[in-house]
Amino acid sequence: MTARIVHIASNTFREAVRDRVLYNLIAFALLLSGSAILVGQISIEIERLVVINLGLTAVSLFGIVIAIFIGIGLVSKEIEKRTLYTVLSRPVRRWEFIVGKFFGLAGTLVVNTFFMAIGVFGALLYVAHKLTSSDATILIALYFIVLEFLIICALALLFSSFSTPLLSAVFAFSLFVIGSFAEDLRGFAGMAHGLTRWLATGAAYAVPNFSAFNVINLVAHGHAPSSQLILQNTLYALFYAGMALSGAVLIFERRNLK
Amino acid sequence: MNTQRLSSQTRTTLIAAACLVLCAMASVLTLRRVDQLRPRATLEDVLYISSPKVVKRASLGYDGLMACIYWTRAVQYFGQRFHDRSLSYNELAPLLEMTTQLDPQLLVAYQFGASFLAPRPPNGAGQPERAIQLMEFGVQNNPQEWHLYYDLGFVYYMELKDYAKAADAFERGSHVGSHPFLKIMAAQMAQHAGELDTARMMWNAAYQSSQDKLVRQNAVEHLRALKVDEDITNLQSTVTRFGQKTGRLPNSMYELATTEKWLGIPVDPDGNPYVMDHTGRILLKHPEDFSFATQGLPPGFTPVAKFHDQ
Repeated sequence: MTARIVHIASNTFREAVRDRVLYNLIAFALLLSGSAILVGQISIEIERLVVINLGLTAVSLFGIVIAIFIGIGLVSKEIEKRTLYTVLSRPVRRWEFIVGKFFGLAGTLVVNTFFMAIGVFGALLYVAHKLTSSDATILIALYFIVLEFLIICALALLFSSFSTPLLSAVFAFSLFVIGSFAEDLRGFAGMAHGLTRWLATGAAYAVPNFSAFNVINLVAHGHAPSSQLILQNTLYALFYAGMALSGAVLIFERRNLK
Repeated sequence: MNTQRLSSQTRTTLIAAACLVLCAMASVLTLRRVDQLRPRATLEDVLYISSPKVVKRASLGYDGLMACIYWTRAVQYFGQRFHDRSLSYNELAPLLEMTTQLDPQLLVAYQFGASFLAPRPPNGAGQPERAIQLMEFGVQNNPQEWHLYYDLGFVYYMELKDYAKAADAFERGSHVGSHPFLKIMAAQMAQHAGELDTARMMWNAAYQSSQDKLVRQNAVEHLRALKVDEDITNLQSTVTRFGQKTGRLPNSMYELATTEKWLGIPVDPDGNPYVMDHTGRILLKHPEDFSFATQGLPPGFTPVAKFHDQ
């Protein structure tokens, strides 16, 4: 079982690399090195802040775009090319296919993030001439970004398991935007009464809460998120991704592929 | 057949490449022409959205990056107008408020922002009240940053001449961390507010408490200007005294120096001797080297920003 999932995951990773997904690293490197050189000349005293803010924001946004646009095609492309039938005709369970795809995409994003992280630290070294112990907090922000990717990957797969690529992209991107406002949604729910309150609270817990994962500005000022937040965010990301992945498996198991 | 197709393909490639290069060059040239027609367009239209809350929401949580972008815009906006000796800085305060609302911990925006906002045009926006608001917001969000109290007191002292409030700001700052010199500042305010020595002490403190090149250059420039103002005020009194004694103006600085038994003609901080015009006014030999001097400037002279390291 594990071997089959690993095979599907590694094939998904290879496919992503063949699709030139990692080319985004070139754009990222240009963006970061350009800003590191330029900002020092056009602004005052924020070179370090810009490198961290811009670097981590780019890691996050590039990754989310990759997760959505690769994720939505993972199932539909296999159906379209009819390669899914070849895979499923072998001793591979449908759920193994979905889980393998998830790990393949997550792996692609982790590798992508790893190279981008090297770029962020390189640019930081260039502008600050040295790395300090407080820069280690950037690793926590990167870890939270990876957790964010896990949720997005699972959501993209969930939508991909029953919808067209275009609609899946719309759904996934909308959930990302709504998820960024999840805390506001809970705030609105707190102010409402009766049924509206229940519905709003339900919606606030149903959408992913991405705002809790965004600690970019905090680490840019050298502050470390608490260990409790790291633990709770990890658990939340695993549970939420697990929930979305389970949903994808449930739908895909019952989907008529004829 | 194949050779024919290849040559046709090559021809198409060449034509397309030539068109691409030509069109790219033409578009750059046209855009430059458009920029010439509306030279300030990019800086005038800086505030497409004036609500910090809207920008914060629209940034989808990436508000730190947005704050850096708005801060850079504020610096560019101020720098352009300062360079042009502009008298209006209408968008500066909103840009700074936007920046600090997006990232209340961006200390540099308060410290530089106040020095952009407070001084009278053309050295700043001439909005000390907005500078105070900005600094108070900074203090509220960063109560442990003693620099902010110092800068707040500085604006009260230098621009508003409100010595009581300056003393209060220094006093509040003296309770943060271990910076006893703020306590001394507060005491100095109470006893010697408005004196040149107090101003000199404040600029010295500004120089010593910062490692930033621009802050230190600004402090140096003000210290040089204070020295010039003090020298010229004293020299002008000597000329008046000379007139009262002799019933005429001295013919030259040399005559004044000889009468007063000076060892030489007094010099400015750059070592250039002060000069006297035919009406007995003491002037700087190179007034363009002293951006913030208020004395010794020829009539109609417009100071231009010029910074020195020492």
